[in-house]
Amino acid sequence: MSKMIMSKPMALNGDEAITEAWKQINPDVVASYPITPQTIIVEKFSEFVHDGLVETEFIAAESEHSAMSACIGAAAAGGRAMTATASQGFALMWEMLFIASSMRLPIVMAVANRALSGPINIHCDHSDSMGGRDSGWIQLYSENVQEAYDNVFQAVRIGEDKRVRLPVMVCLDGFTTSHGVERVEIFDDSIRNFVGEYHIDHSLLDVDNPVTYGAMNLQNYYFEQKRQQIEAMNNSRPVIKEVGKAFEEISGRKYDFLEAYNMDNAEVALVVIGSTAGTVKALLDEEKDSRLGLLKMRTFRPFPAEELIQHLRGCKAVAILDRAGSYGGVGGPVYSEVRSALYDETEKPHIVSYIYGLGGRDTTKKMIKSVYTDLDSIAKSKDTPTPIRYLGVRGD
Amino acid sequence: MVRLKEIAGSEELFTSGHRLCTGCAEATVVRQILHAAENPVVVANATGCLEVASTIYPYSAWKVPWIHSAFENAAATMSGVESAYNALKRKGKIDRKIDFIAFAGDGGTYDIGLQSLSGALERGHRMLYVCLDNEAYMNTGIQRSSATPLRAWTTTTPVGEKIKGKSEYKKDLTDIIVAHGVPYVAQASPSHFMDLMNKVQKALRVEGPSFLNIFAPCPRGWRSEAEISIQLSRIAVETNYWPLFEIVNGTWKINLKPRQKPIEEYLKPQKRFSHLFKPENKWMLEDIQHTVDKRWEKLLKKIDNQ
Repeated sequence: MSKMIMSKPMALNGDEAITEAWKQINPDVVASYPITPQTIIVEKFSEFVHDGLVETEFIAAESEHSAMSACIGAAAAGGRAMTATASQGFALMWEMLFIASSMRLPIVMAVANRALSGPINIHCDHSDSMGGRDSGWIQLYSENVQEAYDNVFQAVRIGEDKRVRLPVMVCLDGFTTSHGVERVEIFDDSIRNFVGEYHIDHSLLDVDNPVTYGAMNLQNYYFEQKRQQIEAMNNSRPVIKEVGKAFEEISGRKYDFLEAYNMDNAEVALVVIGSTAGTVKALLDEEKDSRLGLLKMRTFRPFPAEELIQHLRGCKAVAILDRAGSYGGVGGPVYSEVRSALYDETEKPHIVSYIYGLGGRDTTKKMIKSVYTDLDSIAKSKDTPTPIRYLGVRGD
Repeated sequence: MVRLKEIAGSEELFTSGHRLCTGCAEATVVRQILHAAENPVVVANATGCLEVASTIYPYSAWKVPWIHSAFENAAATMSGVESAYNALKRKGKIDRKIDFIAFAGDGGTYDIGLQSLSGALERGHRMLYVCLDNEAYMNTGIQRSSATPLRAWTTTTPVGEKIKGKSEYKKDLTDIIVAHGVPYVAQASPSHFMDLMNKVQKALRVEGPSFLNIFAPCPRGWRSEAEISIQLSRIAVETNYWPLFEIVNGTWKINLKPRQKPIEEYLKPQKRFSHLFKPENKWMLEDIQHTVDKRWEKLLKKIDNQ
């Protein structure tokens, strides 16, 4: 018998789709603060609250710092808590991101990725969530509106799994996905059964069994607490796979750490996060060249090192596209981790870093094609290629 | 009304074994508050002396559910706890009446936590927010806050050759809280413990936010003897330095009109004010007395004008 959940197509942008998922999940608490390009989420969810379509307690917080603090309090009290942010709001929450994960609270947060100030800019890049890559949150990145919607349900299941108990951010590209209207399959409300009920073992509201949350940990215990957190993140790997499979059964859509596109016989490949993967796919569909491949990364935390190695085996040259720079680092964050993951391979491809699309700079098929052309010549050359490159910026 | 006989026999919910300093009034105040609470409580604690000294893992002095997340956000954290309670109650997952108390020092309230507190008060969460005012950042080692009084020595307002102690007046936080129009606001002192505990009960009975600003002498930071902390908090009331008053639904009431003692009696036992007693600094003492008198008159006017 098919486990598929009925759905109907709707035309929604990414923010609306996220909010639709929230409505269907009916969380206990949403605490949020408006920031471009996430604002539609806060507005739309407020409408649901005021129209009585959800039972959620909505906290219109006076800052993102307080929004995340309230989510922490709510989740520790046994409530399912959600929020959304971007850019400066993400930066303002920064302190609390680490505390949420250290308390092992499965808060779900939508991040409409936006460039960080300064200079101020409202458009997409990944500098906000990439900056928070070591905050102890699981990171799921979405290519399009459908994935943003689907990732919310999976984020709840992954984060709340007893083997994991970590907060999860669902990232979608600011404006491109947050404001781009697409055709999305929206489930009927039985999707609520997929996420189930939130149950916490030690609730602040269990007054007969009082617990202390957020105690002081000094030299004698802090290290063990941190190690447990690292292990929890590793434990999320099988859970992400299981939840992906379970989601495929109800939706027919596949979810894993990575999506390989035209990789079977690829000699040169791009590793991409987010909506630009769609641009690459469009180019590859036109080119119809089995030598060119794409590896789209859905989870950056946990980092899918083994899966990456498997997929990149046999490639001669690989370009890692980073939508965030690293001042004085070894290329962008995705590049340095992919490169490190391949260190133990005996036959490694050439790996180069391309920083692209900062502050919402358009990345066209033509630009992507130029990267494949570069990779072709890198693959043929015996010389070590220039490792750090830029795509679509003046001054090259 | 609090009945002392009943309270004396009730369980200690803040236990001994915590690492607060000898003579720290915070521990006394917390015990008074937890004894006065009539329903089960959940506590949120801002970073500070109380938090650090009471929960050194794997120990905890708290026999009530307790959460600390960071410094500036006890009110926001409690907003989330209270909202989850409301949601779960509506869904029939919890049915008991639980009260919510947030504790923070003056640094966590007057300064870094003011925005978070203001937001929570405006949103109307049902919680009692308690400021334990010891008039400086004591946890980091006695740095001035906006609650530090005029001319007090702290490590960031030293008594130098040119500038002697703090040059600015203490912020009138209670007035700021009152401006939010919350149903119950009061000032209390551990010396007047029946008054304090009655205020706790009144505060926890309101539907919405309530606020208590509580005087909390700190022997380390005030350079005073540990055994006189409660005595100091009494003299603070008797000199009109820390008046006991409450504002119930906007109506002001003074709980105690003492026969006013001169401010020197309050300042003298504290070495943070020792420079004021040099002959050349007499004008500073007069200035402080004048400020205390002016604030008391302002308070009396508020009563007269309503």
